[in-house]
Amino acid sequence: MAQFAFLYRGGDPMPASPAQMQQRMEKWLAWFKDLADKGHIKDRGVPLDRSGAVVTRGPKHAITDGPYAEKDLVIGLTVVEARDLAHASELSLPCPIFEQGGCVEVRPILTL
Amino acid sequence: MSSLEHLFRREAGRMVATLTRVLGVANVALAEDVVQDALCRALETWSIRGIPEDPAAWLMTTAKNRALDVLRRERTVRTFAPEVAWHIESDAALRPRLDELSAGAPIADDQLRMMFSCCNPRLTEESQIALVLNILCGFSVSEIASAFLSRDETVKKRITRAKALLAGSKRLFELTDADFAERLSSVQRALYLLFSEGFHGASTDSAVRAELCDEAMRLTALLCANTSTATPASYALGALMFLHAARLPSRVDAAGELTQLLDQDRSRWDQRLLLEGQRLLEASATGEELTAYHVEAAIASLHAAAADAASTPWVAIVSLYDVLMRVRPSPVVALNRALAIAMCHGPARGLEELRAIENRDRLSAYPFYSAALGELELRAGQTTAAYERFREALALARNPTERRFLERRLAACRPDGREAPPTK
Repeated sequence: MAQFAFLYRGGDPMPASPAQMQQRMEKWLAWFKDLADKGHIKDRGVPLDRSGAVVTRGPKHAITDGPYAEKDLVIGLTVVEARDLAHASELSLPCPIFEQGGCVEVRPILTL
Repeated sequence: MSSLEHLFRREAGRMVATLTRVLGVANVALAEDVVQDALCRALETWSIRGIPEDPAAWLMTTAKNRALDVLRRERTVRTFAPEVAWHIESDAALRPRLDELSAGAPIADDQLRMMFSCCNPRLTEESQIALVLNILCGFSVSEIASAFLSRDETVKKRITRAKALLAGSKRLFELTDADFAERLSSVQRALYLLFSEGFHGASTDSAVRAELCDEAMRLTALLCANTSTATPASYALGALMFLHAARLPSRVDAAGELTQLLDQDRSRWDQRLLLEGQRLLEASATGEELTAYHVEAAIASLHAAAADAASTPWVAIVSLYDVLMRVRPSPVVALNRALAIAMCHGPARGLEELRAIENRDRLSAYPFYSAALGELELRAGQTTAAYERFREALALARNPTERRFLERRLAACRPDGREAPPTK
């Protein structure tokens, strides 16, 4: 088994009603439960705040608010175990982020 | 995930009520903003990390922190009630004060106060109900609009205006005993209408309707649990809700079709709710005042106690309707009275009563006036007339469930219709 990072990117704005917010969250919980039941979760990972800074150094030092567009914003990440990249990608397909207009970036984790 | 049921929606209502007590009614919008932020944060965090041990406390802490941020930034431009303003001026005192205030009163008390604030006598009943649903029950504008088959725009305007009126209040959440007494009947009326909308309303979504009934019952239970609002009328209101709600499971049959009370499978009535309803009805039987809620609850309790339509004490039910016509007359009450009379004295008498209803023009858009006429004509063997009546009713049907119900009644009028009319 190899390890992969799921980077959750972008997605629609928040739903307006508490009931819809809860519905969205329950979809995520159900998805994680399914992954966990099948033994694919290595680390649930962390959610990331939408604010932040992009720091560059070199000839021109800069700390900016981050030039990323909403749609590219990484809002969280999870570490999963899968056979290979194809398998990991397939595992990501039921992720609720697709219904929210976002995507999952699947990246192999380099290990010793 | 039953433990989570309506968690976001219910906590939203609770938190807005508590924060409004802390910040003053003038800042209800601020309270709503920070609660919305807290829910967003919860959605993003819990989605990946899972739900914390005490989600309600997590949400409240997050909302409070957010309120602190906003207050520190904006305290000079906002208006606060004097009781709050003094503390907000000193940064060091802000957090302890906020903690103290939000821990001070039981949450139920905050919600009760919010309920009485929403039922401001200067607002129409529609606005009061919309506010209660929005602020206390956490429903969004479009959820309220779809429950009441109104347009989003209409509901939004109603809520915005109502909130502007609340925000104009300089007072803290301190309603006096006089306010409580004065507004209690408006609050009861709003909860009654909320329940009726859930029970009889036009929305096709039975889940939505059940939620409206649940919310009305939850808020009425708050009235009954507080000494200053637990009047006999509050108990009677609770009784009629529980007794009616007990019948909800049988209002639609296994195929999801509407069923008349007379044909309902009474074994599906919810015994726990019936018992609670009877208990509340007993508790309501004190004092001098006989309210419409008392009478309606008494009628519901007679239906609930009867094994079937034949053993229902119709004579007693008719006399209760007579009382109800004195206490709170309305064409709908008169219609139900006429149907009960038909059960005692035959369809011909019932028809006479139906045709004699005063203000029956107010029922002209209501499918069940024509349907009631049709039902009694059918029982009297006047199938052609009945057929016409059900056709009129069908044209007024407000949703597919009502339409299918009336189509089945139409079929019963045909000579080959399977459903033979009762001969009584």
